[in-house]
Amino acid sequence: MLVQIAQALGPVDQDYLLEARQMQALSFAVHIPLVCFGVAFPALVLGMEWLGRRRGDPLLVALARRWSKVMIALFAVGVVTGTILSFELGLLWPEFMARYGDVFGLAFALEGFSFFVEAIFIAIYVYGWDRLSPRAHMLSGIPVAIAGFAGSLMVISVNGWMNHPRLSEAPMRALFGNSYFWHEMVHMYLAAFLVAGFVTASVYAVARLRGRRDRYVQAAMSVPLMVAAIAAPAQVVVGDWAARSVAENQPVKLAAFEGLGHTEAGAPIHIGGWFDERREEVRYGIAIPRLLSLLAFHDPDATVQGLDRVPPDERPPVNIVRVAFFTMVGIGTLMALFGAALLVIWWRRRALPESPWFLRTVVALGPLSVAALIAGWVTTEVGRQPWVVYGHMRTEEAVTGAGGIPLGYAALATIYLCLAGATVWLLRRLARAPLEIEAGDGPR
Amino acid sequence: MGLAELPMLLALVGLAAYVVLGGADFGAGVWYLLLPGERRRPLRDHTYHAMGPVWEANHVWLIFVLVVVWTAYPHAFGAIFSTLYVPLFAAALGIIMRGTCYALRGAVAGPGEERILGALFGASSALTPFALGAAVGGIASGRVPLGNAAGDPIDSWLNPTSILVGVLAVATSAYLAAVWLTADAARAGRGDLVEAFRKRALAAGVVAGAIAFGGLFVLSSDAERIYNGLTSDAGLVAAVASLAAGVATLSFVARRRLEAARWSAAVAVGTLVAGWALAQQPRLLPGLTVERAAAGDATLVALLVSIAVGAVILIPSLALLFGLVLGGRFDERPEQPGSLERVGTGQVRTGAVGTEPRRPAGIAAAVCAALGVALTLLFDGGLGLALGVVLLLAAVASAASFVVPQVALARDVDD
Repeated sequence: MLVQIAQALGPVDQDYLLEARQMQALSFAVHIPLVCFGVAFPALVLGMEWLGRRRGDPLLVALARRWSKVMIALFAVGVVTGTILSFELGLLWPEFMARYGDVFGLAFALEGFSFFVEAIFIAIYVYGWDRLSPRAHMLSGIPVAIAGFAGSLMVISVNGWMNHPRLSEAPMRALFGNSYFWHEMVHMYLAAFLVAGFVTASVYAVARLRGRRDRYVQAAMSVPLMVAAIAAPAQVVVGDWAARSVAENQPVKLAAFEGLGHTEAGAPIHIGGWFDERREEVRYGIAIPRLLSLLAFHDPDATVQGLDRVPPDERPPVNIVRVAFFTMVGIGTLMALFGAALLVIWWRRRALPESPWFLRTVVALGPLSVAALIAGWVTTEVGRQPWVVYGHMRTEEAVTGAGGIPLGYAALATIYLCLAGATVWLLRRLARAPLEIEAGDGPR
Repeated sequence: MGLAELPMLLALVGLAAYVVLGGADFGAGVWYLLLPGERRRPLRDHTYHAMGPVWEANHVWLIFVLVVVWTAYPHAFGAIFSTLYVPLFAAALGIIMRGTCYALRGAVAGPGEERILGALFGASSALTPFALGAAVGGIASGRVPLGNAAGDPIDSWLNPTSILVGVLAVATSAYLAAVWLTADAARAGRGDLVEAFRKRALAAGVVAGAIAFGGLFVLSSDAERIYNGLTSDAGLVAAVASLAAGVATLSFVARRRLEAARWSAAVAVGTLVAGWALAQQPRLLPGLTVERAAAGDATLVALLVSIAVGAVILIPSLALLFGLVLGGRFDERPEQPGSLERVGTGQVRTGAVGTEPRRPAGIAAAVCAALGVALTLLFDGGLGLALGVVLLLAAVASAASFVVPQVALARDVDD
């Protein structure tokens, strides 16, 4: 049936394509940090409650209870920003939906169910404190953690498909049998723990710097911090896997990471500098010979495809991709080194450092981890340009013909600014409320 | 009914659920706006608490409807969203505002903050159903042609049918909310609140019914197809069923049979969606039937299987949640002295016991990490890579299970 009406929605002229893209990017940038909390936080909260009840430590149960309130507040905001995203897919990219909605929609249908399950059990978990038995309460938290993971798996399968579409395959195979999707999934899952861990630790590190040294703050900082410290070195290995996959499937994107103008064997990596579009090379950077070949193919002499593989109108904006890539890799390396060092120190002393500089570093890692997360998404999404479906549909073919995009963009940006301010305000309020310790949570 | 129409049927079931459950939420927000002043504060608090545990789940229905429509009827979805961008964007903004105010409401202190937040909450609670209703009116009156932004950006939603459906959406939401809030108050044993909301439920029922009935005249001139559909055959049956359920609700509320009223009110509103669908079928957009708009069979089958699998998980979960909520398990309870010990964080005393290191977890973590890193770096694909990644994740998990208990229970600070 679709064949007959395939031409019905024709491409249109849209003067504000860039604004439409920025609007979509803004919405993703707001949503993705919340997703990290939806994916990783339930596991942390549940682990805390389990540990507290098993070891008879009411303080940890109180901490889980406090965190669960933060969790549902962030989830509520995430429901809203997620709904906006599904509206925007239709409002901004109707051609994309019309032509490919029947393929990737399936993943979103499954994601809808996991979202449902998460919403249902997060409510039971949070409203169930004191109202359900401890065992039933902890059981109600398990679906939240599973659904958080499953939901992000579905959404990332769509992104994997957009980067590596295989249009000849049946939808389910194209989505979940996609080799590209798995490394994105694992990379994002670890990123969720990095962001949730470092951001949470960062908040409590501020409290410690202000002189709060009780056990509550100590546990609230060190648990998420150690989880993130463990995940950070593993993320480097997964990142290496991701880069090799990009080198194989999207050579032009890889060339944009480095700013490699021409195909060459034993390709270098430039640290810093700026890609000159006219000369098609990186200027003012420090070259490290053969490193790109080594990283992309694990062979220092391997041939790496350059940007000249495709005509200029099929290349992504190199400098944006390159800066985003180095931001992600730079912060990621910093986090991995920090995590590894912290684990070694802890292993030898069975205690975390106490110095103010250590705490200041932890404070900084919170925002830095979010910056790395966003930079990572910019790397993969801007690196995909000018395609929305890699090699098949250009972004300007997908856009709406409707007017008013700048107005909508301004309205959305204003509202998101207010939302960000309100969320910070809410979290500060929550932090000041007194702790609730259950009398019945003592040793038993 | 063939394969092509089944997803539409499921989307309509989802829409009915959203109109009833999400509608009751929006309606509670509308009452927030209609109940100003410090004297009515207990009433407002009641509307807020009654929404609590089901709020997030109720709004996932909308996502379900959108996803099913864009997967099964992609061209129609593109046409609808590109033409009706004004009301749909307005609805999106309303959803953001409402969600934010709702999340923030738990943290407000003082009547000043409450007044501003309440006004915003109420206004966005009215804006969102109106805008979504206006969009439905545009589709129902045949003002959305196939194509990328092919319809009129203003007339498609600023027309008699759209305004009727938008106003009706707000009115039915307020009516549903009032009936449900009355029942909630009765369950919680709040006699004062029962009377306050009972009066309002009766009034809102009469108003919503009058708008629905009067709307038939609007439809007869502006959306003749829908009017004819609603006054004949199956459409007429749905319309009569809605009317009967509405009248039954009024009598249940009047006779204080509130749990029955909860269900009949839902039926009265849900059958409106059915009536619209029956009156409009088989046409989705002008010149485009549901059957012709449908995606390929492979997609439809995969979608239906996905929904069936999802439903197996979803339906018991929803039943559990609503069972707990309607059973009153999550109701606000007066503070029981002794059950909660509120303490400042400074003076926390704990019964934490020391912990011994769990060596096996540490060794397992180290082994998994070494093997996982080696395999992941060596293999470019296939089983070797998969095993490497699994081992790597296992290393992270076992390391966390080794380290976390020790740092959580550590007592090395001045305690």
